[in-house]
Amino acid sequence: MRKDYSLEKRKYIIGGFITLIVIIYIIRLFNLQVIDNNLKEIADSNAFLRRTIYPARGLIYDRNGELIVFNQPAYDVMIIPRDVAEFDTLEFCKTLNISIDQFHKYWSEMKDKRKNPGYSSYTPQKLISHLSQEDYGRLQEKLYLFPGFFIQKRTIRQYNYLAAANVLGNIREVSTKDIENDGYYRSGDYTGDLGVEKSYEKHLRGEKGVEILMKDSRGRIKGRFDEGRHDKSPISGRNLTLSIDIKLQEYGEKLMQGKKGAIVAIEPSTGEILALVSSPSYDPSLLIGKERGKNYRALVNDTERRPLFDRALQATYPPGSTFKPSQALIFLQEKIVTTGTAYPCYGGYINRGLKVGCHGHASPITVKPALETSCNAYFCWGFKNMIDKRGTTPNSQLTKWKDYLVEMGYGYRLGVDLPSESRGFIPNAEFYSKSYRGANWSGNTIISVSIGQGEILATPIQIANLSATIANRGYFYTPHVVKAIQDTILPKEFLTKRAPHIDKKYYDIVAEGMRMAVTGGTCRAANIPGLEVCGKTGTAQNPHGKDHSAFMGFAPMSNPRIAICVYVENAGFGATFGVPIGTLMMEMYLKGEISAEHKAMEDRMINSKTFVYHGDKK
Amino acid sequence: MEIRNNNKTDVSMFRSIDWITIILYFSLVIMGAISIYAATYDFDNASMFDFNEFSGKQFTWIGLSLIIGCGILLIDYRIYEAYAYPIYIGLLLLLLITIFIAPDIKGSHSWLVLGPVSLQPAEFGKFATALALSKLFSSYSFTLNQKASNYFRALIIIFLPIILILMQKETGSALVYTSLIFVLYREGMSGLILFSMLCAIAYFVITVKYSTPLILGIPCGEFIVFVMIVIIFIAMLLFFCKDLIIARNIFIGYAICGIIVGTLTYFDIIINGRIFFIVTLIIAIGYTAIDMFKHRIEKHLISIGFVIASVIFMFSVNHVFNSILQPHQQNRIKVTLGIVEDIKGLGYNVNQSKIAIGSGGISGKGFLNGTQTTLKYVPEQHTDFIFCTIGEEHGFVGSVTVLTLYLLLILRIIYIAERQRTAFGRVYAYCTASFLIFHLAINIGMVIGLCPVIGIPLPFFSYGGSALWGFTILLFILLRIDASRKERRD
Repeated sequence: MRKDYSLEKRKYIIGGFITLIVIIYIIRLFNLQVIDNNLKEIADSNAFLRRTIYPARGLIYDRNGELIVFNQPAYDVMIIPRDVAEFDTLEFCKTLNISIDQFHKYWSEMKDKRKNPGYSSYTPQKLISHLSQEDYGRLQEKLYLFPGFFIQKRTIRQYNYLAAANVLGNIREVSTKDIENDGYYRSGDYTGDLGVEKSYEKHLRGEKGVEILMKDSRGRIKGRFDEGRHDKSPISGRNLTLSIDIKLQEYGEKLMQGKKGAIVAIEPSTGEILALVSSPSYDPSLLIGKERGKNYRALVNDTERRPLFDRALQATYPPGSTFKPSQALIFLQEKIVTTGTAYPCYGGYINRGLKVGCHGHASPITVKPALETSCNAYFCWGFKNMIDKRGTTPNSQLTKWKDYLVEMGYGYRLGVDLPSESRGFIPNAEFYSKSYRGANWSGNTIISVSIGQGEILATPIQIANLSATIANRGYFYTPHVVKAIQDTILPKEFLTKRAPHIDKKYYDIVAEGMRMAVTGGTCRAANIPGLEVCGKTGTAQNPHGKDHSAFMGFAPMSNPRIAICVYVENAGFGATFGVPIGTLMMEMYLKGEISAEHKAMEDRMINSKTFVYHGDKK
Repeated sequence: MEIRNNNKTDVSMFRSIDWITIILYFSLVIMGAISIYAATYDFDNASMFDFNEFSGKQFTWIGLSLIIGCGILLIDYRIYEAYAYPIYIGLLLLLLITIFIAPDIKGSHSWLVLGPVSLQPAEFGKFATALALSKLFSSYSFTLNQKASNYFRALIIIFLPIILILMQKETGSALVYTSLIFVLYREGMSGLILFSMLCAIAYFVITVKYSTPLILGIPCGEFIVFVMIVIIFIAMLLFFCKDLIIARNIFIGYAICGIIVGTLTYFDIIINGRIFFIVTLIIAIGYTAIDMFKHRIEKHLISIGFVIASVIFMFSVNHVFNSILQPHQQNRIKVTLGIVEDIKGLGYNVNQSKIAIGSGGISGKGFLNGTQTTLKYVPEQHTDFIFCTIGEEHGFVGSVTVLTLYLLLILRIIYIAERQRTAFGRVYAYCTASFLIFHLAINIGMVIGLCPVIGIPLPFFSYGGSALWGFTILLFILLRIDASRKERRD
């Protein structure tokens, strides 16, 4: 057969055609496989279920190794909405013992973008939280009936002692804001709220792990991806050892029941807080589990008792006479007075038509007896002589005065390792220039600050800190409630001495004055046989009614082991409540028990009430 | 005497058989079975060769293919030529019977169920049709352009199985036979017809796909097609009619018109594009026609006819698309062209297969490590979408390797075709090549989202005995004919 060569050339057209198509396909494959990364992500979200494994949160111990806070398992029902197939709602409700209405409520809450801003039908969503152990068991057995559902194991808190709620804090679900501020959190995570749970959140929370599971096109789990090689195990949170002595804390709370106020006890040599009582307080276990939201709202709405308000750190009170030791130190350091300098007191400080009352004692009076008897006149004269010192201006003198107090920890936050602390208030020169609107002011016109009244405001922890400073004869460590963090060291600021610019010898003088107050002065009730207690009462006038009753002190005088401040609102003289409570606390801590002669005092303190609670408003 | 003769034939056959094709065939078939194992792999899976698994069955079908292949090679090549028509008619009858006795499987009546075995006769129609067409072309002094009835006879052979398979509701398998247009082209059909067909497909896709935005007041698809018509017209005048002056003048005319229209548009005076193109094309055609009547050039007539046909075709497209195609067919085409996004419905398969292939990256995730594959995200993955497995587990490298093997096979068959001394052998080889071209282009195009979802298997790769045997018979008859090419003298 003859060959038609013009037609044979057409093999190139046909061969070229299929070659061209193959080249086009290869370009397309290059685009899909090499250039387009989007498809790889879609493939991963198709096939992988990233299941978070929550770490155990760090445990919390007291200074003696008593376990205070631990974990208990909780179970949340999670779903991936996209994977949920038809299921028997009735059976589901029966398994968990809930009504259909309740189920629909959970469902609509989950889908509500306002309540659950992170809603997506592709990611795990929490449907029901905090299943009981029994419900968990029943649901686990029937889980295969409900495609797209799974159970997430979580841990929630449990408490061994119903005390120290203000120190411990609690945990809550993260808010949208938390998620924005910290990339670690995902919707449904827990975070610390208040107390050390909040301030040590990063140590306590540990690190979440992830388990990568494979799911097929129908959402069935087909095992772990690559035999779990890409999984990450969770890292447990670090345990905390508090400096709090939980027994002492409990005892303090018991003494404060029926009263409003605070007790702060510090170990002077370390700055460790031994007890941080705020009264009225609340049961920390109210804020765990299903009922947390309801209980939390109730606590917030209790405006009468304000249990969430930590009076030890947040309440600012006029320190009253507990302020006097600081004044004595400043006057001595500034050479305004010496131990021999005596001021007259004829029923008080009387100068240029101004009178600050005092009570009966010998006159004239020097520094130690002035501390012993809490003489107002002495400190008024001292203050007047300092501010109005010849050759200086009140401005510069008050600034000097203020700087000493700031060094002692007043007027600014001390830096306690708890989330909320108040500054208190120490007026400076500028403050008076402003409030006197350019008119002249002098030591005389602002005299009441010298006895801890007037504009002065201090928190109980600041007062306790002064006590610790005197106990140490000249320095303090920033008070803190955490003694040790597992596998890590305490922040440097808690291990650094802070010393006001006042010589040690003046502290000895003040300490002696405070010792005299206990042996023969205003706080004789604080005398504990066998322990050299030093103390200072305070009776602070305030605009809210009856005087506040305050006490600051430390013991033993040499080598002190505890420094304390007690502040009871509207309870009258310092000697009535402040001194007895402070005494009992020191005795309990130092001796481990209350002596027979103090039993009556203990009973009186536990049973007395200084305010009437009107109950829940309905 | 006879025995000796036979021995001689066998030996020469064994020697002259095309081993390159056989190697390519085996590579594809084995890779196919392994891919089927991966595509149907479950975590608690049995062995690749377990008969309860798809891969185990496929290995069985491959074994049977070998027996069939050997059988074919042992039969005298003259038998195929002699019995071409009876085989063809027999297959047509089988296709006809199938319509009535086949059970309804997903709406199609194409499977013959014989006890435990199901067969799809449409897959065997390919070699029968190829034999019949080859037989026609090898009849004494037959050439396609000799007379119109020759075209008619060829088209009858092609369209009879198409009609029967369409009646089985197997559109995909039926469309495969249209690929035989390549054979007609090789045997003398005008290239213009092939070119016109390609243009028609391009016009159709562009018109349907780009209904928005509007350019000059008409859909941009229509605008693009008009521009294409103008360019093709000028190109035809230039290269086909070789009339430089007319081509130049029309080009200059359009350039001037383009500048004027562009300027007017800039000043917000919109000229209606449809009127503009129709008027200017009439002027251009008129100008060409005057020249044609002066010099009596027939090729001008063809060019003019092409332009007029193109415009009419384009205007018909919308009508055809909306009124003639069935809704599900419209939908399939729309999904493919990206006009409608339908990830949950028809587009689901293609979307998932693109995800699977795309996630493979350059070198793939490794054998049995493809998450999309092993977790069954792509439906029909062991049959029509088998290429996903290669794409995901062996990546770009694996995909290109497989595509290259196919290309080599097809080019090799074209080479074999051209070395045949008989029209019968050549036409049969081109039939084989055409079927493979169509299957490869449509199947891979579908899987990577470039072609409509037409359910046809990837030859030698996809799971299924019928398709494998159909293609094996097709290919081995070619090998048998080729092996004896030197014995024959016409």
